[in-house]
Amino acid sequence: MTHSADAYYVPHSSYLPIIASIALTVSVVGAACWFNGTASGPMTFYIGLAMVLAMLFGWFNTVVKENLCGLYNAQVDRSFRQGMMWFIFSEVMFFAAFFGALFYARVLSVPWLLGDATGLATHLFLWQDYNEYWPTNGPANAGGDFQTIGAWGIPALNTTLLLASGITLTLSHHALKAADNARTVWWLIATVALGSVFLGFQAYEYIHAYQDLNLTLASGVYGSTFFMLTGFHGFHVALGTAMLIVITIRAARRHFTPDNHFAFEGVAWYWHFVDVVWLGLFIFVYVL
Amino acid sequence: MSTATADHHGPARGLMRWVTTTNHKDIGSLYLLFALIMFLIGGAMAMVIRAELFQPGLQLVDPQFFNSMTTVHALLMIFGAVMPAFTGLANWLIPMQIGAPDMALPRLNNFSFWLLPFAFTMLLSTFFMNGGGPASGWTLYPPLSLQMDAGFPFMIFAIHLAGISSIMGSINVIVTILNMRAPGMTLMKMPLFVWTWLITAYLLIATMPVLAGAVTMLLTDKFAGTSFFSAAGGGDPVMYQHIFWFFGHPEVYILILPAFGIVSAILPTFARKPLFGYSSMVYATASIAFLSFIVWAHHMFTVGMPVVGELFFMYATMMIAVPTGVKVFNWISTMWRGSMTFETPMLFAVGFIIMFTIGGFSGLMLSIAPADFQYHDTYFVVAHFHYVLVTGAIYSIMAAVYYWLPKWTGHMYDERLGKLHFWISTISVNVLFFPQHFLGLAGMPRRIPDYSVQFADWNMISSLGGFVFGLSQLMFVWIIFKAIRGGRKATDQVWEGAQGLEWTLSSPPPYHSFNQPPTVR
Repeated sequence: MTHSADAYYVPHSSYLPIIASIALTVSVVGAACWFNGTASGPMTFYIGLAMVLAMLFGWFNTVVKENLCGLYNAQVDRSFRQGMMWFIFSEVMFFAAFFGALFYARVLSVPWLLGDATGLATHLFLWQDYNEYWPTNGPANAGGDFQTIGAWGIPALNTTLLLASGITLTLSHHALKAADNARTVWWLIATVALGSVFLGFQAYEYIHAYQDLNLTLASGVYGSTFFMLTGFHGFHVALGTAMLIVITIRAARRHFTPDNHFAFEGVAWYWHFVDVVWLGLFIFVYVL
Repeated sequence: MSTATADHHGPARGLMRWVTTTNHKDIGSLYLLFALIMFLIGGAMAMVIRAELFQPGLQLVDPQFFNSMTTVHALLMIFGAVMPAFTGLANWLIPMQIGAPDMALPRLNNFSFWLLPFAFTMLLSTFFMNGGGPASGWTLYPPLSLQMDAGFPFMIFAIHLAGISSIMGSINVIVTILNMRAPGMTLMKMPLFVWTWLITAYLLIATMPVLAGAVTMLLTDKFAGTSFFSAAGGGDPVMYQHIFWFFGHPEVYILILPAFGIVSAILPTFARKPLFGYSSMVYATASIAFLSFIVWAHHMFTVGMPVVGELFFMYATMMIAVPTGVKVFNWISTMWRGSMTFETPMLFAVGFIIMFTIGGFSGLMLSIAPADFQYHDTYFVVAHFHYVLVTGAIYSIMAAVYYWLPKWTGHMYDERLGKLHFWISTISVNVLFFPQHFLGLAGMPRRIPDYSVQFADWNMISSLGGFVFGLSQLMFVWIIFKAIRGGRKATDQVWEGAQGLEWTLSSPPPYHSFNQPPTVR
């Protein structure tokens, strides 16, 4: 019996999810052993990571094939779209936790540590000499003296790069809708290039921070929030770039049509989300 | 692959059916079975706690192990029992109630489930590592939680995996509800169980990532030298509590909103009257969800906050009583002058209303900031949240299992045993938890293995109630097992007053429910 065009596609039983669960478990067990200093930790982690990547490849390969077979009707397409939107919303909330930590420290807890507002001045018993507001590595000078990265050097350049990548991606989308495959691919390649240059600058900035400025993860609450926010953002840019590379290859293979290209749009939403998070970072981590 | 069909493929054979399934009913059963196992393990830990507290003095276990019992009991019951049980019910019921062929993203659905056994095996494995299991309380406040030994990263990653599972499961629920409804099933015609789960799933997607962020910061504070929660480095341990409870308070409603939906399904059936105030129920649920995001600091009144903060969180918390009161009022009005019968699901539902309301009132007492300074971290709090979670959430799950078990298995459960289970549970659970109010008001702190002799009598009574309640749950397991294996055949309708699409299907329903979407008028 062939699949009727109207019915919602419910896939057969699949080994992919259990492989995914095992792969994720192996990688986090490896990471946990690594943290504990167990010798086999790193190796286990990398094996798990390789399994995760293989699983993702297999999973998306299956989905792409099913899509090319025409198994997905408009309703399935809507499920994917809505699923992607809610996934991005969950990512927004993940970043909200770290932005929340930054705001809490800057607006409330560091001023309290300086004796502000409470009227109790409990800080005086332990750290009466503490008087630096922000950036700070705390009264214990955690990680030693450090310098910060100015906003108007590389970070401003990176902002431009990401904003430009948003434009090139939109141009690619317009080309796709106009069924101009060559321009679609070229603008995608431009987007990947901009994302990669961003990552390169970010890596350079980290090396600079660690080697020249003594700004590290251990530099008190400033270093913690700085690296946690920019680090997770950089990780998401790397992920987004990988996704862009995948859809570039798919576009080159003419997988997308002007009215059926959810994968393209999903990746584009994700990329714009990463872009918006960066704007928040640029303002609250670098400028202010 | 090329001959894949949406219809006419039955279950695969053998054990691998359960590992590779993409069917919402199979996955729902897996979730429910998993929840039951976690409920029994977590319950065994509660038995250890009550045995230790049977008399003053250190009796059976050492204090560190006692603390890890309270901690892991909570983690298992919240993340391993109640949440997966609700997700299992969602899997079984939502597609049938809205007339969908399956969940929207079936493979993702399987992934969501199978992460859980790995996550909780990892969590439980910490008991066998250097330093033992987590013993800081389930809230994992630093700096105490950071003192955990080798098990620490395993516990953190277990929470991450369970969180990923919840987020994916919730995305699936939301997309199913918004995209898979049968023609004519408008939002305001959906059964309340579907509505409450829609809002619950939203809360989960909004808050589980925040928990992930919080425990990630714990991880880096321990291993990467960050100072998020260390004042010496300019951070603040109280900051963790704020971030945690920003997740933690909506989590409380994640644990109770589906229960509201279940009770709203059962009461009309056995009162033989439509639900009173359907739309106000929907709005009340949404209001509770909204308020849940702005009340978190009532868990930390004594931590040292500006008075303005205390007042804001106190009044915001009290406001939750309004939509909750609307719900209780509607339930009672549904029963008012109904032709009531009291089969087991109805008994659990009525028990829910009475005892959940007791827990709601003690919650109102706790919301009064100045009074909370007395109640905080005492057994009064323990009594409060066990009334809302055991006689609230767990009772609703039991009501749901009795209510829908004939539909799932095609067999009626043993009504006589079901009623016995209800009465033994209800008497013992009150003997177990009601005295804890007195203990707390008299000043007994929570999370201690030993206590002053003045608390001896009520602790012994509470423990006796606990042992009976714990044992009586084995009856529940037996009744379910019996109904799965056989019993009187259930009709399609099962209950004469039952309304809704799931009752139009056979009992047990076909492997794929609605290949052709029904039309809802």
